[in-house]
Amino acid sequence: MLARAGIWWTILSISIEERLVYRGDFALGTLMRFLPIVTQIFLWKAVFSAVETLGSGVDRVAGYSYHDFIAYYLLTMVSRAFSSMPGLASGITRDIRSGAVKKYLTQPVDLIGFLFLYRVAHKLVYYAIAVVPFAAVFYLLRSYFPGWPHGPTFAAYVASLLLAFLLGFFMEVTLGLLGFWFLEISSLLFIYMLLSYFCSGHMFPLDMLPGMWGQAIKAAPFQYLAYFPSAIFLGKVAGAELLRGLATQLAWVAAFMIAARLAFCFGVRHYSGFGG
Amino acid sequence: MVEAVRSIDLDVQRGEFVAFLGPNGAGKTTTLKLLSGVLTPTSGTARVLGHIPWHRENAYRRRFALVMGQKNQLWWDLPAAESFRLHQHIYRIEPREFERTRDELTDMLGVRHLLAQPVRELSLGERMKMELIAALLHSPEVLFLDEPTIGLDVIAQYQVQKFLRHYQQSRKITVLLTSHNMKDVAALCRRVVIIAAGRIVYDGSLVGIVDRFSRAKVISLQMSDGQVPPELSRYGEVLSAEAPRVKLRVARQAVPEVLGSILASYTVEDVSVEDPPLEEVIAELFCQAQPEGIVPANPV
Repeated sequence: MLARAGIWWTILSISIEERLVYRGDFALGTLMRFLPIVTQIFLWKAVFSAVETLGSGVDRVAGYSYHDFIAYYLLTMVSRAFSSMPGLASGITRDIRSGAVKKYLTQPVDLIGFLFLYRVAHKLVYYAIAVVPFAAVFYLLRSYFPGWPHGPTFAAYVASLLLAFLLGFFMEVTLGLLGFWFLEISSLLFIYMLLSYFCSGHMFPLDMLPGMWGQAIKAAPFQYLAYFPSAIFLGKVAGAELLRGLATQLAWVAAFMIAARLAFCFGVRHYSGFGG
Repeated sequence: MVEAVRSIDLDVQRGEFVAFLGPNGAGKTTTLKLLSGVLTPTSGTARVLGHIPWHRENAYRRRFALVMGQKNQLWWDLPAAESFRLHQHIYRIEPREFERTRDELTDMLGVRHLLAQPVRELSLGERMKMELIAALLHSPEVLFLDEPTIGLDVIAQYQVQKFLRHYQQSRKITVLLTSHNMKDVAALCRRVVIIAAGRIVYDGSLVGIVDRFSRAKVISLQMSDGQVPPELSRYGEVLSAEAPRVKLRVARQAVPEVLGSILASYTVEDVSVEDPPLEEVIAELFCQAQPEGIVPANPV
Protein backbone atom coordinates (compact mmCIF):
# COMPACT_ATOMS: atom_id res chain seq x y z
CA MET A 1 0.00 0.00 0.00
CA LEU A 2 2.86 2.35 0.90
CA ALA A 3 4.58 1.52 -2.38
CA ARG A 4 1.39 2.31 -4.27
CA ALA A 5 0.99 5.61 -2.41
CA GLY A 6 4.59 6.37 -3.36
CA ILE A 7 3.76 5.79 -7.05
CA TRP A 8 0.69 8.03 -6.83
CA TRP A 9 2.60 10.77 -5.09
CA THR A 10 5.42 10.62 -7.65
CA ILE A 11 3.01 10.76 -10.58
CA LEU A 12 1.16 13.64 -8.95
CA SER A 13 4.29 15.65 -8.11
CA ILE A 14 5.85 15.11 -11.56
CA SER A 15 2.56 16.06 -13.22
CA ILE A 16 2.42 19.27 -11.17
CA GLU A 17 6.00 20.01 -12.14
CA GLU A 18 5.15 19.49 -15.80
CA ARG A 19 2.05 21.70 -15.58
CA LEU A 20 4.19 24.48 -14.13
CA VAL A 21 6.61 24.48 -17.07
CA TYR A 22 4.26 26.63 -19.14
CA ARG A 23 2.75 28.45 -16.17
CA GLY A 24 2.63 31.82 -17.96
CA ASP A 25 0.43 30.48 -20.73
CA PHE A 26 -1.59 28.48 -18.24
CA ALA A 27 -2.21 31.55 -16.06
CA LEU A 28 -3.28 33.62 -19.05
CA GLY A 29 -5.66 30.88 -20.19
CA THR A 30 -7.09 30.66 -16.68
CA LEU A 31 -7.74 34.39 -16.51
CA MET A 32 -9.33 34.44 -19.95
CA ARG A 33 -11.92 31.96 -18.72
CA PHE A 34 -13.46 34.79 -16.72
CA LEU A 35 -14.43 36.69 -19.85
CA PRO A 36 -17.64 34.71 -20.61
CA ILE A 37 -19.10 35.65 -17.22
CA VAL A 38 -18.83 39.33 -18.18
CA THR A 39 -20.88 38.72 -21.33
CA GLN A 40 -23.45 36.77 -19.31
CA ILE A 41 -23.78 39.65 -16.83
CA PHE A 42 -24.41 42.11 -19.67
CA LEU A 43 -26.78 39.73 -21.45
CA TRP A 44 -29.04 39.23 -18.46
CA LYS A 45 -28.83 42.89 -17.53
CA ALA A 46 -30.18 43.65 -21.01
CA VAL A 47 -32.92 41.00 -20.64
CA PHE A 48 -34.09 42.43 -17.32
CA SER A 49 -33.91 46.02 -18.64
CA ALA A 50 -36.16 44.95 -21.53
CA VAL A 51 -38.63 43.37 -19.10
CA GLU A 52 -38.66 46.55 -17.02
CA THR A 53 -39.16 48.71 -20.12
CA LEU A 54 -42.31 46.75 -20.90
CA GLY A 55 -43.60 48.04 -17.57
CA SER A 56 -45.07 44.71 -16.61
CA GLY A 57 -43.86 45.06 -13.04
CA VAL A 58 -42.16 41.67 -13.39
CA ASP A 59 -38.66 41.49 -11.84
CA ARG A 60 -38.13 37.77 -12.26
CA VAL A 61 -37.65 35.42 -15.20
CA ALA A 62 -38.68 31.81 -14.51
CA GLY A 63 -38.40 32.51 -10.81
CA TYR A 64 -34.90 34.03 -11.07
CA SER A 65 -34.12 37.65 -10.29
CA TYR A 66 -31.21 39.42 -12.00
CA HIS A 67 -29.09 38.87 -8.89
CA ASP A 68 -30.07 35.18 -8.82
CA PHE A 69 -28.89 34.78 -12.40
CA ILE A 70 -25.50 36.33 -11.73
CA ALA A 71 -25.04 34.28 -8.56
CA TYR A 72 -26.03 31.16 -10.51
CA TYR A 73 -23.52 31.85 -13.28
CA LEU A 74 -20.71 32.44 -10.85
CA LEU A 75 -21.52 29.18 -9.13
CA THR A 76 -21.64 27.26 -12.41
CA MET A 77 -18.18 28.66 -13.09
CA VAL A 78 -17.00 27.01 -9.90
CA SER A 79 -18.77 23.77 -10.86
CA ARG A 80 -17.17 23.82 -14.30
CA ALA A 81 -13.78 24.45 -12.71
CA PHE A 82 -14.23 21.01 -11.18
CA SER A 83 -16.06 19.11 -13.90
CA SER A 84 -14.57 20.41 -17.15
CA MET A 85 -11.65 18.34 -18.50
CA PRO A 86 -10.03 20.30 -21.32
CA GLY A 87 -8.13 18.08 -23.71
CA LEU A 88 -8.72 14.85 -21.81
CA ALA A 89 -10.81 12.82 -24.27
CA SER A 90 -9.07 14.22 -27.35
CA GLY A 91 -5.67 13.58 -25.72
CA ILE A 92 -6.49 9.93 -25.05
CA THR A 93 -7.63 9.42 -28.64
CA ARG A 94 -4.54 11.19 -29.95
CA ASP A 95 -2.33 8.88 -27.88
CA ILE A 96 -4.19 5.83 -29.20
CA ARG A 97 -3.85 7.02 -32.78
CA SER A 98 -0.19 7.98 -32.51
CA GLY A 99 0.80 4.89 -30.53
CA ALA A 100 1.89 6.85 -27.45
CA VAL A 101 -0.60 4.78 -25.44
CA LYS A 102 1.81 1.82 -25.73
CA LYS A 103 3.81 2.93 -22.74
CA TYR A 104 0.78 2.43 -20.51
CA LEU A 105 0.39 -1.10 -21.87
CA THR A 106 4.00 -2.14 -21.41
CA GLN A 107 4.82 -0.42 -18.11
CA PRO A 108 3.35 -1.50 -14.78
CA VAL A 109 1.08 1.50 -14.52
CA ASP A 110 -2.68 1.81 -14.96
CA LEU A 111 -3.69 4.19 -17.74
CA ILE A 112 -6.87 5.42 -16.05
CA GLY A 113 -5.16 5.81 -12.69
CA PHE A 114 -2.31 7.69 -14.32
CA LEU A 115 -4.68 10.01 -16.18
CA PHE A 116 -6.62 10.61 -12.97
CA LEU A 117 -3.55 11.74 -11.06
CA TYR A 118 -2.39 13.82 -14.00
CA ARG A 119 -5.78 15.53 -14.08
CA VAL A 120 -5.75 16.10 -10.31
CA ALA A 121 -2.38 17.79 -10.76
CA HIS A 122 -3.79 19.89 -13.59
CA LYS A 123 -6.71 20.97 -11.42
CA LEU A 124 -4.52 21.76 -8.40
CA VAL A 125 -2.32 24.03 -10.49
CA TYR A 126 -5.44 25.59 -12.02
CA TYR A 127 -6.98 26.28 -8.60
CA ALA A 128 -3.72 27.70 -7.29
CA ILE A 129 -3.70 30.20 -10.15
CA ALA A 130 -7.46 30.82 -10.31
CA VAL A 131 -8.09 31.24 -6.59
CA VAL A 132 -7.15 34.94 -6.57
CA PRO A 133 -9.32 36.07 -9.50
CA PHE A 134 -12.15 33.80 -8.32
CA ALA A 135 -12.00 35.34 -4.84
CA ALA A 136 -11.87 38.86 -6.28
CA VAL A 137 -14.91 38.31 -8.53
CA PHE A 138 -16.91 36.69 -5.75
CA TYR A 139 -15.97 39.49 -3.36
CA LEU A 140 -16.94 42.23 -5.80
CA LEU A 141 -20.26 40.55 -6.59
CA ARG A 142 -20.98 39.35 -3.05
CA SER A 143 -24.20 41.35 -2.86
CA TYR A 144 -25.66 39.14 -5.60
CA PHE A 145 -25.59 36.09 -3.36
CA PRO A 146 -28.26 35.22 -0.82
CA GLY A 147 -25.50 34.48 1.72
CA TRP A 148 -23.47 31.47 2.83
CA PRO A 149 -25.42 28.22 3.06
CA HIS A 150 -25.66 26.35 6.36
CA GLY A 151 -22.93 23.90 7.32
CA PRO A 152 -24.61 20.68 6.11
CA THR A 153 -25.70 22.34 2.85
CA PHE A 154 -22.20 23.64 2.28
CA ALA A 155 -20.80 20.15 2.98
CA ALA A 156 -23.26 18.73 0.43
CA TYR A 157 -22.16 21.44 -2.03
CA VAL A 158 -18.48 20.49 -1.62
CA ALA A 159 -19.36 16.80 -1.98
CA SER A 160 -21.29 17.50 -5.19
CA LEU A 161 -18.33 19.50 -6.56
CA LEU A 162 -15.97 16.59 -5.91
CA LEU A 163 -18.44 14.20 -7.50
CA ALA A 164 -18.75 16.61 -10.44
CA PHE A 165 -14.98 16.31 -10.90
CA LEU A 166 -15.16 12.51 -10.86
CA LEU A 167 -18.15 12.44 -13.19
CA GLY A 168 -16.55 14.82 -15.69
CA PHE A 169 -13.33 12.81 -15.57
CA PHE A 170 -14.87 9.39 -16.11
CA MET A 171 -17.29 10.61 -18.80
CA GLU A 172 -14.44 12.08 -20.83
CA VAL A 173 -12.17 9.08 -20.26
CA THR A 174 -14.93 6.78 -21.52
CA LEU A 175 -15.38 8.99 -24.54
CA GLY A 176 -11.63 9.17 -25.20
CA LEU A 177 -11.22 5.40 -24.94
CA LEU A 178 -13.74 4.96 -27.75
CA GLY A 179 -10.70 5.94 -29.81
CA PHE A 180 -9.67 2.28 -29.60
CA TRP A 181 -12.54 1.60 -32.01
CA PHE A 182 -13.09 4.86 -33.88
CA LEU A 183 -9.60 6.45 -33.86
CA GLU A 184 -11.10 9.88 -34.48
CA ILE A 185 -13.78 11.14 -32.12
CA SER A 186 -13.77 14.87 -32.83
CA SER A 187 -17.39 14.83 -34.08
CA LEU A 188 -18.47 12.76 -31.12
CA LEU A 189 -16.60 15.11 -28.83
CA PHE A 190 -18.28 18.11 -30.43
CA ILE A 191 -21.71 16.60 -29.76
CA TYR A 192 -20.67 15.82 -26.20
CA MET A 193 -19.44 19.38 -25.64
CA LEU A 194 -22.65 20.78 -27.08
CA LEU A 195 -24.82 18.55 -24.91
CA SER A 196 -22.66 19.25 -21.91
CA TYR A 197 -22.85 23.02 -22.41
CA PHE A 198 -26.61 23.02 -22.87
CA CYS A 199 -27.72 20.20 -20.59
CA SER A 200 -25.32 20.81 -17.69
CA GLY A 201 -26.95 24.15 -16.93
CA HIS A 202 -23.92 26.12 -18.00
CA MET A 203 -26.04 28.21 -20.37
CA PHE A 204 -29.08 28.77 -18.14
CA PRO A 205 -30.58 27.25 -14.98
CA LEU A 206 -32.18 23.93 -15.89
CA ASP A 207 -35.26 24.48 -13.75
CA MET A 208 -36.23 27.20 -16.23
CA LEU A 209 -37.11 24.49 -18.71
CA PRO A 210 -40.77 23.55 -18.77
CA GLY A 211 -42.27 20.09 -18.10
CA MET A 212 -41.05 17.29 -20.29
CA TRP A 213 -37.90 19.07 -21.50
CA GLY A 214 -36.84 19.83 -17.96
CA GLN A 215 -37.47 16.24 -16.89
CA ALA A 216 -35.62 14.81 -19.88
CA ILE A 217 -32.55 16.93 -19.25
CA LYS A 218 -32.56 16.18 -15.55
CA ALA A 219 -32.64 12.45 -16.31
CA ALA A 220 -29.26 12.78 -18.05
CA PRO A 221 -25.98 12.92 -16.11
CA PHE A 222 -24.99 16.35 -17.45
CA GLN A 223 -26.86 18.39 -14.82
CA TYR A 224 -24.45 17.03 -12.18
CA LEU A 225 -21.56 18.75 -13.94
CA ALA A 226 -22.76 22.29 -13.24
CA TYR A 227 -26.41 22.82 -12.34
CA PHE A 228 -26.78 20.50 -9.39
CA PRO A 229 -23.89 21.82 -7.24
CA SER A 230 -24.99 25.42 -7.93
CA ALA A 231 -28.60 24.56 -7.06
CA ILE A 232 -27.43 23.09 -3.72
CA PHE A 233 -25.49 26.27 -2.88
CA LEU A 234 -28.50 28.47 -3.75
CA GLY A 235 -30.83 26.31 -1.65
CA LYS A 236 -32.91 25.21 -4.64
CA VAL A 237 -32.58 21.58 -3.66
CA ALA A 238 -32.74 20.56 -0.02
CA GLY A 239 -33.69 17.77 2.33
CA ALA A 240 -34.64 14.44 0.76
CA GLU A 241 -34.31 15.85 -2.75
CA LEU A 242 -30.71 16.86 -2.05
CA LEU A 243 -29.82 13.45 -0.68
CA ARG A 244 -31.53 11.74 -3.62
CA GLY A 245 -29.63 14.04 -5.98
CA LEU A 246 -26.27 13.26 -4.36
CA ALA A 247 -27.02 9.54 -4.48
CA THR A 248 -27.92 9.79 -8.16
CA GLN A 249 -24.75 11.77 -8.86
CA LEU A 250 -22.73 9.11 -7.07
CA ALA A 251 -24.48 6.39 -9.10
CA TRP A 252 -23.59 8.19 -12.34
CA VAL A 253 -19.97 8.42 -11.21
CA ALA A 254 -19.94 4.68 -10.50
CA ALA A 255 -21.60 3.94 -13.84
CA PHE A 256 -19.03 5.93 -15.82
CA MET A 257 -16.18 4.56 -13.73
CA ILE A 258 -17.27 1.07 -14.77
CA ALA A 259 -17.88 2.19 -18.36
CA ALA A 260 -14.35 3.64 -18.55
CA ARG A 261 -12.82 0.46 -17.15
CA LEU A 262 -14.79 -1.71 -19.58
CA ALA A 263 -13.89 0.55 -22.50
CA PHE A 264 -10.22 0.18 -21.59
CA CYS A 265 -10.35 -3.60 -21.08
CA PHE A 266 -12.18 -4.26 -24.34
CA GLY A 267 -10.39 -1.45 -26.17
CA VAL A 268 -6.88 -2.80 -25.61
CA ARG A 269 -7.99 -6.17 -26.96
CA HIS A 270 -9.19 -4.37 -30.04
CA TYR A 271 -6.08 -2.22 -30.29
CA SER A 272 -3.95 -2.56 -33.38
CA GLY A 273 -0.84 -0.85 -32.04
CA PHE A 274 -0.81 2.03 -34.49
CA GLY A 275 2.03 4.41 -35.05
CA GLY A 276 5.01 2.09 -35.50
CA MET B 1 -8.59 -6.66 -40.60
CA VAL B 2 -4.98 -7.00 -41.72
CA GLU B 3 -3.22 -10.30 -41.05
CA ALA B 4 0.14 -9.01 -39.87
CA VAL B 5 1.79 -12.22 -38.69
CA ARG B 6 0.97 -15.92 -38.97
CA SER B 7 2.71 -19.21 -38.32
CA ILE B 8 5.52 -17.57 -36.38
CA ASP B 9 7.13 -20.35 -34.39
CA LEU B 10 10.07 -19.01 -32.49
CA ASP B 11 12.00 -20.19 -29.48
CA VAL B 12 14.50 -17.79 -27.95
CA GLN B 13 16.79 -18.91 -25.17
CA ARG B 14 17.73 -16.81 -22.16
CA GLY B 15 20.73 -14.61 -22.92
CA GLU B 16 20.35 -14.63 -26.71
CA PHE B 17 20.63 -11.47 -28.82
CA VAL B 18 18.33 -12.06 -31.76
CA ALA B 19 17.78 -9.77 -34.73
CA PHE B 20 14.49 -9.62 -36.55
CA LEU B 21 14.99 -8.62 -40.15
CA GLY B 22 12.45 -8.07 -42.87
CA PRO B 23 11.09 -5.51 -45.28
CA ASN B 24 8.71 -2.79 -44.13
CA GLY B 25 5.36 -4.30 -43.24
CA ALA B 26 6.81 -7.79 -42.81
CA GLY B 27 5.49 -8.12 -39.27
CA LYS B 28 8.67 -7.50 -37.23
CA THR B 29 7.29 -4.72 -35.08
CA THR B 30 3.95 -6.51 -34.83
CA THR B 31 5.77 -9.52 -33.37
CA LEU B 32 7.52 -7.30 -30.83
CA LYS B 33 4.19 -5.70 -29.95
CA LEU B 34 2.67 -9.13 -29.41
CA LEU B 35 5.54 -10.22 -27.21
CA SER B 36 5.39 -7.03 -25.17
CA GLY B 37 1.63 -7.26 -24.66
CA VAL B 38 0.69 -4.22 -26.72
CA LEU B 39 -1.36 -6.40 -29.05
CA THR B 40 -3.68 -9.29 -28.42
CA PRO B 41 -3.50 -11.92 -31.19
CA THR B 42 -6.62 -13.33 -32.80
CA SER B 43 -5.19 -16.82 -32.34
CA GLY B 44 -2.02 -18.55 -31.26
CA THR B 45 -0.02 -18.27 -28.10
CA ALA B 46 3.27 -16.95 -26.80
CA ARG B 47 5.08 -17.18 -23.52
CA VAL B 48 7.81 -14.86 -22.38
CA LEU B 49 9.47 -15.65 -19.04
CA GLY B 50 6.50 -17.94 -18.39
CA HIS B 51 3.94 -15.17 -18.91
CA ILE B 52 1.38 -14.70 -21.65
CA PRO B 53 2.26 -11.15 -22.73
CA TRP B 54 -1.20 -9.88 -23.61
CA HIS B 55 -2.48 -10.69 -20.12
CA ARG B 56 -0.41 -7.66 -19.15
CA GLU B 57 0.32 -8.79 -15.63
CA ASN B 58 2.44 -6.34 -13.66
CA ALA B 59 4.68 -9.25 -12.65
CA TYR B 60 5.58 -9.60 -16.34
CA ARG B 61 5.73 -5.89 -17.10
CA ARG B 62 8.35 -5.46 -14.39
CA ARG B 63 10.58 -8.01 -16.12
CA PHE B 64 10.84 -6.64 -19.64
CA ALA B 65 11.23 -3.35 -21.46
CA LEU B 66 10.29 -2.11 -24.90
CA VAL B 67 12.27 0.64 -26.60
CA MET B 68 11.02 2.07 -29.86
CA GLY B 69 13.41 4.30 -31.73
CA GLN B 70 10.57 6.34 -33.17
CA LYS B 71 8.64 6.80 -29.93
CA ASN B 72 9.49 9.05 -27.05
CA GLN B 73 8.46 7.66 -23.69
CA LEU B 74 10.12 10.31 -21.55
CA TRP B 75 8.33 13.43 -20.29
CA TRP B 76 9.08 15.93 -23.00
CA ASP B 77 9.14 19.11 -20.93
CA LEU B 78 10.92 17.73 -17.89
CA PRO B 79 14.49 16.60 -17.29
CA ALA B 80 15.08 12.89 -17.93
CA ALA B 81 15.92 12.56 -14.22
CA GLU B 82 12.23 13.08 -13.46
CA SER B 83 11.14 10.32 -15.82
CA PHE B 84 13.75 8.09 -14.18
CA ARG B 85 12.33 8.97 -10.75
CA LEU B 86 8.89 7.94 -11.96
CA HIS B 87 10.29 4.66 -13.27
CA GLN B 88 11.96 4.06 -9.93
CA HIS B 89 8.54 4.10 -8.29
CA ILE B 90 6.43 2.31 -10.88
CA TYR B 91 9.01 -0.47 -11.14
CA ARG B 92 9.54 -0.43 -7.37
CA ILE B 93 13.32 -0.11 -7.52
CA GLU B 94 15.07 0.26 -4.18
CA PRO B 95 16.54 3.79 -3.82
CA ARG B 96 20.16 2.62 -3.54
CA GLU B 97 19.80 0.17 -6.40
CA PHE B 98 18.14 2.88 -8.47
CA GLU B 99 20.93 5.39 -7.89
CA ARG B 100 23.61 2.81 -8.57
CA THR B 101 22.00 1.66 -11.83
CA ARG B 102 21.20 5.20 -12.99
CA ASP B 103 24.76 6.38 -12.35
CA GLU B 104 26.25 3.31 -13.99
CA LEU B 105 24.10 3.62 -17.12
CA THR B 106 24.49 7.38 -17.48
CA ASP B 107 28.26 7.02 -17.12
CA MET B 108 28.39 4.21 -19.68
CA LEU B 109 26.49 6.31 -22.17
CA GLY B 110 28.19 9.57 -21.20
CA VAL B 111 25.01 11.51 -20.46
CA ARG B 112 25.19 12.06 -16.71
CA HIS B 113 25.73 15.79 -17.20
CA LEU B 114 22.46 15.99 -19.15
CA LEU B 115 20.23 14.55 -16.44
CA ALA B 116 18.88 17.94 -15.39
CA GLN B 117 18.24 19.16 -18.94
CA PRO B 118 14.64 19.08 -20.24
CA VAL B 119 14.24 16.23 -22.72
CA ARG B 120 13.04 18.60 -25.45
CA GLU B 121 16.46 20.27 -25.40
CA LEU B 122 18.40 17.04 -25.99
CA SER B 123 19.65 15.91 -29.39
CA LEU B 124 18.13 12.79 -30.94
CA GLY B 125 21.14 10.70 -29.95
CA GLU B 126 21.10 11.97 -26.37
CA ARG B 127 17.38 11.34 -26.19
CA MET B 128 17.78 7.79 -27.41
CA LYS B 129 20.44 7.16 -24.78
CA MET B 130 18.07 8.49 -22.10
CA GLU B 131 15.29 6.25 -23.47
CA LEU B 132 17.59 3.26 -23.16
CA ILE B 133 18.52 4.18 -19.60
CA ALA B 134 14.84 4.60 -18.66
CA ALA B 135 14.14 1.16 -20.12
CA LEU B 136 17.03 -0.50 -18.29
CA LEU B 137 16.69 1.06 -14.84
CA HIS B 138 14.64 -1.87 -13.55
CA SER B 139 17.18 -4.35 -14.95
CA PRO B 140 14.79 -6.15 -17.32
CA GLU B 141 15.45 -9.76 -18.18
CA VAL B 142 14.08 -9.28 -21.69
CA LEU B 143 14.58 -6.24 -23.86
CA PHE B 144 12.65 -5.54 -27.05
CA LEU B 145 14.39 -3.01 -29.27
CA ASP B 146 12.58 -1.60 -32.28
CA GLU B 147 14.92 0.38 -34.55
CA PRO B 148 17.00 1.79 -31.67
CA THR B 149 19.44 3.63 -33.95
CA ILE B 150 16.98 5.07 -36.44
CA GLY B 151 17.87 8.63 -37.37
CA LEU B 152 21.07 8.69 -35.32
CA ASP B 153 24.38 9.90 -36.71
CA VAL B 154 27.20 7.36 -37.11
CA ILE B 155 28.87 8.31 -33.84
CA ALA B 156 25.66 7.94 -31.83
CA GLN B 157 24.90 4.69 -33.68
CA TYR B 158 28.30 3.32 -32.75
CA GLN B 159 27.95 4.40 -29.11
CA VAL B 160 24.51 2.81 -28.78
CA GLN B 161 25.71 -0.42 -30.43
CA LYS B 162 28.77 -0.55 -28.20
CA PHE B 163 26.66 0.05 -25.12
CA LEU B 164 24.08 -2.58 -26.05
CA ARG B 165 26.75 -5.17 -26.78
CA HIS B 166 28.50 -4.55 -23.49
CA TYR B 167 25.27 -4.43 -21.48
CA GLN B 168 23.88 -7.61 -22.97
CA GLN B 169 27.12 -9.51 -22.50
CA SER B 170 27.61 -8.41 -18.91
CA ARG B 171 23.97 -8.90 -17.82
CA LYS B 172 23.18 -11.92 -20.02
CA ILE B 173 19.76 -10.50 -20.80
CA THR B 174 17.68 -11.65 -23.74
CA VAL B 175 17.33 -9.08 -26.50
CA LEU B 176 15.11 -9.06 -29.56
CA LEU B 177 16.10 -6.37 -32.00
CA THR B 178 14.48 -5.11 -35.18
CA SER B 179 16.56 -2.87 -37.35
CA HIS B 180 17.04 -1.92 -40.95
CA ASN B 181 20.56 -0.95 -40.08
CA MET B 182 22.72 -3.97 -40.93
CA LYS B 183 25.56 -2.50 -38.90
CA ASP B 184 23.40 -2.91 -35.78
CA VAL B 185 22.75 -6.51 -36.66
CA ALA B 186 26.33 -7.32 -37.60
CA ALA B 187 27.65 -5.67 -34.43
CA LEU B 188 25.21 -7.21 -32.01
CA CYS B 189 23.47 -10.38 -33.10
CA ARG B 190 24.68 -13.91 -33.65
CA ARG B 191 21.22 -15.14 -34.50
CA VAL B 192 19.11 -13.60 -37.21
CA VAL B 193 15.47 -14.28 -37.91
CA ILE B 194 14.13 -13.06 -41.22
CA ILE B 195 10.45 -12.46 -41.37
CA ALA B 196 8.52 -11.64 -44.51
CA ALA B 197 4.82 -11.42 -45.21
CA GLY B 198 4.19 -12.35 -41.56
CA ARG B 199 6.20 -15.61 -41.69
CA ILE B 200 9.66 -16.67 -40.61
CA VAL B 201 11.74 -17.46 -43.68
CA TYR B 202 15.17 -17.78 -42.14
CA ASP B 203 16.48 -18.49 -38.68
CA GLY B 204 20.22 -18.83 -38.29
CA SER B 205 23.49 -16.94 -38.30
CA LEU B 206 24.16 -13.74 -40.22
CA VAL B 207 26.81 -15.32 -42.45
CA GLY B 208 24.50 -18.25 -43.07
CA ILE B 209 22.17 -15.92 -44.96
CA VAL B 210 24.72 -15.46 -47.72
CA ASP B 211 25.45 -19.18 -47.92
CA ARG B 212 21.81 -20.03 -48.14
CA PHE B 213 20.33 -17.28 -50.23
CA SER B 214 23.06 -15.80 -52.37
CA ARG B 215 22.77 -17.15 -55.91
CA ALA B 216 25.79 -15.28 -57.20
CA LYS B 217 29.39 -14.41 -56.43
CA VAL B 218 31.40 -11.37 -57.34
CA ILE B 219 34.61 -11.93 -59.33
CA SER B 220 37.06 -9.02 -59.16
CA LEU B 221 39.75 -8.87 -61.84
CA GLN B 222 42.75 -6.65 -62.41
CA MET B 223 43.79 -6.87 -66.07
CA SER B 224 47.52 -6.85 -66.86
CA ASP B 225 47.31 -4.76 -70.03
CA GLY B 226 45.33 -1.99 -68.35
CA GLN B 227 42.33 -2.52 -70.64
CA VAL B 228 38.92 -3.97 -69.80
CA PRO B 229 37.81 -6.24 -72.64
CA PRO B 230 34.21 -5.38 -73.62
CA GLU B 231 33.29 -9.02 -74.25
CA LEU B 232 33.63 -9.83 -70.54
CA SER B 233 29.90 -9.16 -70.21
CA ARG B 234 29.21 -12.58 -71.76
CA TYR B 235 30.46 -14.20 -68.54
CA GLY B 236 28.08 -12.32 -66.21
CA GLU B 237 26.77 -8.93 -65.20
CA VAL B 238 29.47 -6.24 -65.20
CA LEU B 239 29.02 -4.45 -61.89
CA SER B 240 31.81 -1.94 -62.45
CA ALA B 241 34.54 -1.41 -65.00
CA GLU B 242 37.25 1.09 -64.22
CA ALA B 243 40.36 0.05 -66.09
CA PRO B 244 42.29 -1.94 -65.18
CA ARG B 245 39.74 -3.25 -62.64
CA VAL B 246 36.45 -4.93 -63.39
CA LYS B 247 33.83 -6.60 -61.23
CA LEU B 248 31.58 -9.34 -62.54
CA ARG B 249 28.53 -10.83 -60.95
CA VAL B 250 28.43 -14.50 -61.86
CA ALA B 251 25.99 -17.29 -61.01
CA ARG B 252 27.39 -19.27 -58.09
CA GLN B 253 27.53 -22.63 -59.89
CA ALA B 254 29.19 -21.06 -62.97
CA VAL B 255 32.12 -19.53 -61.05
CA PRO B 256 34.72 -22.30 -61.65
CA GLU B 257 33.95 -22.48 -65.37
CA VAL B 258 33.91 -18.69 -65.84
CA LEU B 259 37.07 -18.23 -63.88
CA GLY B 260 38.86 -20.95 -65.88
CA SER B 261 37.73 -19.45 -69.16
CA ILE B 262 38.78 -15.89 -68.23
CA LEU B 263 42.19 -16.96 -66.96
CA ALA B 264 42.72 -18.95 -70.17
CA SER B 265 41.68 -16.09 -72.46
CA TYR B 266 43.16 -13.01 -70.80
CA THR B 267 46.24 -11.96 -68.88
CA VAL B 268 45.04 -11.22 -65.39
CA GLU B 269 47.28 -9.66 -62.77
CA ASP B 270 45.02 -10.24 -59.77
CA VAL B 271 41.77 -12.05 -59.11
CA SER B 272 39.41 -12.54 -56.18
CA VAL B 273 36.05 -14.22 -55.68
CA GLU B 274 33.75 -12.82 -52.97
CA ASP B 275 30.24 -13.10 -51.73
CA PRO B 276 28.03 -10.14 -52.61
CA PRO B 277 27.46 -7.60 -49.81
CA LEU B 278 25.08 -8.83 -47.11
CA GLU B 279 22.69 -5.91 -47.63
CA GLU B 280 22.39 -6.90 -51.27
CA VAL B 281 21.60 -10.52 -50.46
CA ILE B 282 19.01 -9.53 -47.90
CA ALA B 283 17.47 -6.95 -50.24
CA GLU B 284 17.20 -9.65 -52.90
CA LEU B 285 15.66 -11.99 -50.39
CA PHE B 286 13.10 -9.36 -49.36
CA CYS B 287 12.24 -8.74 -53.02
CA GLN B 288 11.46 -12.41 -53.48
CA ALA B 289 9.01 -12.27 -50.57
CA GLN B 290 5.46 -12.67 -51.76
CA PRO B 291 2.34 -12.52 -49.63
CA GLU B 292 1.65 -16.19 -50.40
CA GLY B 293 4.95 -17.27 -48.88
CA ILE B 294 8.55 -16.95 -49.87
CA VAL B 295 11.56 -18.88 -50.95
CA PRO B 296 9.85 -22.22 -51.35
CA ALA B 297 13.22 -23.94 -51.79
CA ASN B 298 14.27 -23.12 -48.24
CA PRO B 299 11.23 -22.97 -46.02
CA VAL B 300 11.82 -22.98 -42.28
